Amino acid sequence: MSAAPAAPRPASADPADRNLDLLLVAPRARTGWRVVPARILAMCVVELQKLRHDRTELYTRAVQPALWLLIYGETFTRIRAIPTGGIPYLDYLAPGIIAQSAMFIAIFYGIMIIWERDSGILIKLLVTPTPRAALVTGKAFAAGVKSLIQAVVVVVIAALLGVALTWNPLRLLGVAAVVLLGSAFFSCLSMTIAGIVLTRDRLMGIGQAITMPLFFGSNALYPVSVMPGWLRAVSGINPLSYEVDALRGLLIGTPAHLGMDFGVLAIAAALGITAASSLLSRLAR
Amino acid sequence: MSDVEPMAEALVCRGLAYSFGETKAVDGLDLTVAAGEVFGLLGPNGAGKTTAIRCITTLLPVPAGMVRVFGHDPARERMAVRRLLGYVPQQLSADASLTGRENVALFARVFDVSRRERAERVAQALEAVDLTEAADRMAGTYSGGMIRRLELAQALVSAPRLLMLDEPTIGLDPIARTSVWDHINAVRAATGMTVLVTTHYMDEADQYCDHVGLMHRGRIRALGTPQELKSDLRERRGGTAAPTLEDVFRDVAGSGLDAQGGEFRDVRRTRRTASRVS
Repeated sequence: MSAAPAAPRPASADPADRNLDLLLVAPRARTGWRVVPARILAMCVVELQKLRHDRTELYTRAVQPALWLLIYGETFTRIRAIPTGGIPYLDYLAPGIIAQSAMFIAIFYGIMIIWERDSGILIKLLVTPTPRAALVTGKAFAAGVKSLIQAVVVVVIAALLGVALTWNPLRLLGVAAVVLLGSAFFSCLSMTIAGIVLTRDRLMGIGQAITMPLFFGSNALYPVSVMPGWLRAVSGINPLSYEVDALRGLLIGTPAHLGMDFGVLAIAAALGITAASSLLSRLAR
Repeated sequence: MSDVEPMAEALVCRGLAYSFGETKAVDGLDLTVAAGEVFGLLGPNGAGKTTAIRCITTLLPVPAGMVRVFGHDPARERMAVRRLLGYVPQQLSADASLTGRENVALFARVFDVSRRERAERVAQALEAVDLTEAADRMAGTYSGGMIRRLELAQALVSAPRLLMLDEPTIGLDPIARTSVWDHINAVRAATGMTVLVTTHYMDEADQYCDHVGLMHRGRIRALGTPQELKSDLRERRGGTAAPTLEDVFRDVAGSGLDAQGGEFRDVRRTRRTASRVS
């Protein structure tokens, strides 16, 4: 143990030199329903600030969907092996790749929660007047914002490759809502797993183990009608299938079950938020 | 804060206990912290300081009646207690991928500071810890001492009545330690807030704390002003050599002190924090 530090007090530390009047009055507390939107906004702002400071992730994450569209999409468009109801395969594939790239971002969001736990950020947030469900909802929608920006990148790539996408603002708003809801669910799934396994390495392993089954067990690459019976059952309980169905309906105008798609995604997100909130306290111990 | 009556006791713990499985981390902690004072909770790694702090800050659930923060019971009024607290954990908890100003603004937002006064309040919190000039730099470029001051600004932005600092100077060089303490004292003088600080630097506690509680194996073993504790030991031992607070601690902890070094996780966290600030 070192001796007591004896450096002179800096003159600037004198409280008389400064105006701290606002720090004497506690802010007026938000109550009721206003708390959740305020926390969602706070978390989303942080995510946007981080993306503004460092866009590397945005660029590197654009590579994989670009390859899926350029290589897989272009090739299977020529082969014509997959029945798409008369539309080019690349057009059919593009919404699936948007959903996939958004899911890839969200499914590893739990790693960020564990990192925030290790660095003390999460613990500090848990001591603020933020109910755990509000904190998880905020984080889930922050992941959604990240996914949404990724989706915009994929939409631009798809448009450059000649995919006939809608530019109807209302439909694009619907696309944004679908991506946000889907990402909210998958990020909550990731945070739930984080609350169970508690370490980054384990979460990374589980994330990698479930990502591909979720992707191939959905209608992102091929229609449900060509799947074997057991895979149809998997696709029926896979929220990614509902996300892809809605995106396809909204972006390229294929027949979709938008009501059911939105309903399933909203219920899945609500269940995910409930599960992740109940396990968040394990990360604080 | 307008909705809380002024009172003499900022924090009261009565028989506070918390166990991790079979291990009793806090075992019947009795503690009273007077409003406006700097109280030091001292002890080696694994003494139960951080667990006690986590019980008080609502991070760990405890039964009703064990803790009161300005009269509020964390078991029943969790949100009310959180609004009274400013908390700086042992880890370096500022987000390196945000600027200093953005780090503080995040806490202004989650404490419901209105948009109208947010920028000014954030600026005042940064000014209080002398980070105005560095406010728009990324926190990842800050020195260890600057990060600790930034964390202090994050805690101050909500005008807490009880500031809780868990090992705030761990790993800092003597000059940075002095700077952190000077800012704690300056802010305390300006705002009148109560400060509860945990540390295992006995010299700091001796110099900066009004009262200290020496904690060992989950319990308070000695309580008083640093001077009272040292005088008491001197009277009991006799002789002319003036004891230090560390002597007092060795006296109350006895031979068990050497055997208690904290669990692997405690030590790892402490070392990780120390290496990040250095």
